[in-house]
Amino acid sequence: MRKFDTKVQHLKYKVLREVAREAWDDTLLDNLLEIPKKIIPGNTPTMRCCVYKERAILSDRVKIAMGGNKDNPNIIEVIETACDECPMGGYEVTNSCRGCLAHRCEDVCKKGAISFDHHHVAHIDKSKCVDCGACAKVCPFTAIINRKRPCQNACKIKAITMNENKAAAINNDKCIACGACVYQCPFGAIMDKSYILDCIDIIKKSENNTKYKVYALVAPSISSQFTYAKLGQVISGMKELGFFTVVEAALGADMVAYAESKELAEKGFLTSSCCPAFVDYVHKAFPDLVPFISHNLSPMATIAKYIKEHEENVKIVFIGPCTAKKMEVQKEEVKPYVDSCITFEELQALFDSKDLDITALDEDILDNASYFGRIFARSGGVSDAVRQGLKEHGIEDFEFKALPCDGIEACKMALLKKSKNVLDANFIEGMACVGGCIGGAGCLTHGEKNKAEVDKYGHEAFEKTISDAISVLK
Amino acid sequence: MKITVCIGSSCHIKGSRQVVEELQYLISENNLGDKVELAGTFCMGKCQQGVCVTVDDTFYSVSPDTVKEFFSKNVMAGIK
Repeated sequence: MRKFDTKVQHLKYKVLREVAREAWDDTLLDNLLEIPKKIIPGNTPTMRCCVYKERAILSDRVKIAMGGNKDNPNIIEVIETACDECPMGGYEVTNSCRGCLAHRCEDVCKKGAISFDHHHVAHIDKSKCVDCGACAKVCPFTAIINRKRPCQNACKIKAITMNENKAAAINNDKCIACGACVYQCPFGAIMDKSYILDCIDIIKKSENNTKYKVYALVAPSISSQFTYAKLGQVISGMKELGFFTVVEAALGADMVAYAESKELAEKGFLTSSCCPAFVDYVHKAFPDLVPFISHNLSPMATIAKYIKEHEENVKIVFIGPCTAKKMEVQKEEVKPYVDSCITFEELQALFDSKDLDITALDEDILDNASYFGRIFARSGGVSDAVRQGLKEHGIEDFEFKALPCDGIEACKMALLKKSKNVLDANFIEGMACVGGCIGGAGCLTHGEKNKAEVDKYGHEAFEKTISDAISVLK
Repeated sequence: MKITVCIGSSCHIKGSRQVVEELQYLISENNLGDKVELAGTFCMGKCQQGVCVTVDDTFYSVSPDTVKEFFSKNVMAGIK
């Protein structure tokens, strides 16, 4: 079995794999309706009330695997049939309340929201409660719990509410497509739209890279993924799938670090622009700060632009850990350079749709970028690279004060401070996912060791400085 | 004349940067800047034979050690 963090990911993967399998064979339209039954054969339900509901949900998953609802511009979509309508009442007293004498909950509640019935059991008056959680903290029986939906808990920018059917609903005006809810929903009721069909179509129509060449642009966080195989085997696998060559997006990161450090010294204050969810967040929540976003395209778009400008007849597919990248590639300024975008989860599905055992392949090579380009994949990496960029430009009279923001909550704090002019930093490194890209929703696994894996991969780079890595790009 | 050097992964670790740098040096040394265009590409599909270089449409396998020889034989000779 492949290594995924959760069974939800595994289920999503199975759908993607089967959709891809039919697409390679040009049989998708004929067999579309059979896919749910293929994944859930027999009559014994394993996940829901009955196999019919399971299959109904699966057919919705198939739709999203095929690109989802075209009328919804958001690449993150709720599968209403799959939403379990989790309770979301906030703080509640459970039957663990023993009706004690101490009443610490009552004492700590500043709003006077706690009362007791004739069995001395606590009750919370919802009209007074402000969900501060103080009562839950002091209860010696942990009898008070916070009923919050995992999706809402995951969404730190509060873009998720409930619709009239009590199912989760995403506010597209707020959503930054980071995918936190996709990864956190225990029922798999929120999914990122998949563009594997576009990717397969691009590969097939290239007719073995004769009509045009298909480049895979791969994010550096790949170093922490596919842990069951060697990175070189993953690269071989991509070429087996039909990619002409594989290029590190980290080379684009080197280009960005070099340009961004100069831009920073000129302007005096900047935020990074590599994380599309962060950039989207600034646009949506702090529009006044938009001018401070680095004018560089993201590393992905930067290297894709370079390739498209220097090679004829190329199509580029970005492969990364990120759901928001799928939104980024649809932007007018990026669209001409990147033709499609898939995640590591989807790459795994593509491998298996062709029954490719990558562990049996020879190791190919992936080496374009420097250490600094590669560490963009983890929190703090962009700041380190910009510091190095300043050094390599010979800019010494600029005092660099970086603030690496690990996750969207930290970004929010930094942006809030900046908007009030009380931020003690001149560079905000904004990463929407905790840990940086290695925490992305499109990763197969999210582990403690991932940061170390990225650093190790960084140190293995043939080129040690940014200037050396980008010197060949003339 | 157009010289294209592969800067893809496989050629990169075989020294394509040194080949590019040496070619840049040789081109300016011989004042060929207006006659020779130096370009990069990410793959020529012949990774085993890297560093892959083409002069117009002719393929050559070059290494940092042979780049000088390659230049005089296939570039200088071609210009004259």
